[in-house]
Amino acid sequence: MLEICGLSKSFGGVKATDDVTLDFADGSLTAVIGPNGAGKSTFFNLITGALRPDAGQILLDGVELAGRSPPEIVRHGIGRAFQVASIFPSLTVQETMLAAVCADQRRASVLHRRFPLPETRDRAEHAMELLGLASKRNRVAATLSHGDQKLLDIALALVLDPKVLLLDEPTAGMGTEERWRMIDKVRELWEKQKITVVFIEHDMDIVFKIAPKIVVLCYGRILASGTPDEIRRNEAVIDAYLGTEHHEAAV
Amino acid sequence: MSEAQAEQGASTLNVSRTGAKSQRYRDVLIALIAFTVLASLPMLTSSKFLLDFVIRCSAYGLFATSLNLLVGYTGLTSFGHGMFFGLGAYGYGLVMQKTGVSIPVAFVATLLITLVVATVIGAICVRLKEIYFAFVTLAFQMLIHSTILSWVSLTGGDQGLRGGIPRPAFLGIDLSNHLHLYIFSCALLVIGLLLMRQIAQSPFGYTLRMIRDNAARASFVGIDVYRAKLTIFVLAALFASVGGMIMALFVSGAYPEFAYWTISGEGIFINMLGGVTTFLGPMVGTVLLLILNDTVTRFTEYHGIVLGIVILFFAIGLRKGLMDFAYEWYAQRRDRERG
Repeated sequence: MLEICGLSKSFGGVKATDDVTLDFADGSLTAVIGPNGAGKSTFFNLITGALRPDAGQILLDGVELAGRSPPEIVRHGIGRAFQVASIFPSLTVQETMLAAVCADQRRASVLHRRFPLPETRDRAEHAMELLGLASKRNRVAATLSHGDQKLLDIALALVLDPKVLLLDEPTAGMGTEERWRMIDKVRELWEKQKITVVFIEHDMDIVFKIAPKIVVLCYGRILASGTPDEIRRNEAVIDAYLGTEHHEAAV
Repeated sequence: MSEAQAEQGASTLNVSRTGAKSQRYRDVLIALIAFTVLASLPMLTSSKFLLDFVIRCSAYGLFATSLNLLVGYTGLTSFGHGMFFGLGAYGYGLVMQKTGVSIPVAFVATLLITLVVATVIGAICVRLKEIYFAFVTLAFQMLIHSTILSWVSLTGGDQGLRGGIPRPAFLGIDLSNHLHLYIFSCALLVIGLLLMRQIAQSPFGYTLRMIRDNAARASFVGIDVYRAKLTIFVLAALFASVGGMIMALFVSGAYPEFAYWTISGEGIFINMLGGVTTFLGPMVGTVLLLILNDTVTRFTEYHGIVLGIVILFFAIGLRKGLMDFAYEWYAQRRDRERG
């Protein structure tokens, strides 16, 4: 279980994350929503070690992770994908996967053997198949389509066998149809891999349709959390977020 | 861009033990053939000039290829890599002059000195990014150069290490014999290139490529980026140091120019000439630069202008090194044939 307790981070006077306390049960699927600047990405950056929290605890299965470096946190089982696909442009899909498994098996500094190592093969293969990238294995990452780059980014997190997978806007920059395909993929992965998935998403239709649990962030604080029905009826959420959006849509 | 594809080609389709192994055998075979060709050169020609040229290519080639491990493979553009070339030359010369140990012992001692110095300097430098890394490495280069100039009692100051470096025979190898020196240099070159090739194609080599492409992402895959950068910084320094040792053996001395920033500049120039996306690019660049140097200086004293024009041609006209250009041409042709 991933437990966040009293997590805070300020930039100058701005409280980007303000006393956030949350639990993510094993095998849960949670959507994090909130207006721009609500602190969603900061929240992810704190959990994954990209930013050091000012205060608070991050416990994964009882192990304190707050303040540790990104590689350490990854090794404890928290993988992440990025809002803008973060990949290795000059490596092929397959090389990316093989090299990542190498790193996960603590063989990233092996000098006396040749890449790729045979023992990394099965896991790399498995991840490529899960994400539907197997047929593009020899494509150089930079030449992949936007959607495939996003998939590769997720594959790069998933190939490390994380306990918790954090997806920062998996559908960012996609058309409506592609969004649904991506989100179906995310749901499929969650069901198949039985891991904890937390994702940030802007599209309310998607969020309400697929996420069993929703967390609403606003000005760095948790405004509400609960099932889609609870969130839809929550006055504070309607005022701060949904209401304005619906209003804008009406205009 | 797709060096990966170039080197793996169709073999990536089947990641197998045999694939990776046969690649290594292929490299060893190429190295053996190259060494045989180089070693038989003295039988075909008695030109001392040509043999000297190959010795200089060995020294600069090891240096430039090791720089490419930083620039091309890791994305660390060092402007001070030449300091380890100088350190190798001076370290070897001083150990030989002061202690009178055998040549292999002096070699190992110099490598150990380089290891210590490179670890200290690297620990400071590789924390920095891009231009800051470049300038701090340059600063360390100047520091070492001024130390050599001002510590006259040890280094001979601007006169360099004079009086010759002793070359006692070992294991039947007599480096005061020009032919022995030639074969010895070729052997060091081939072994050095083979080792660097192994580094480039090892899992660690791919860790370096990940760092070059996207260091932040590499750390989220679980890679300790700082440690990896420091490791390659030190390894590259060791090979540059061997280049410096060959140079010291060749001229039987060491001079402050070996540690001056222009050596680093030539290293960068060589990498631009030959290209950084193929393993042998810097080696091709070395040969090109030395030929250019030798021929141009014969015709004009303004050889700097000519070299400048050549570098402009490569930087602005071709926008890549010769081997990059050749490889891209080859890849395009291959793709067209495949349809």
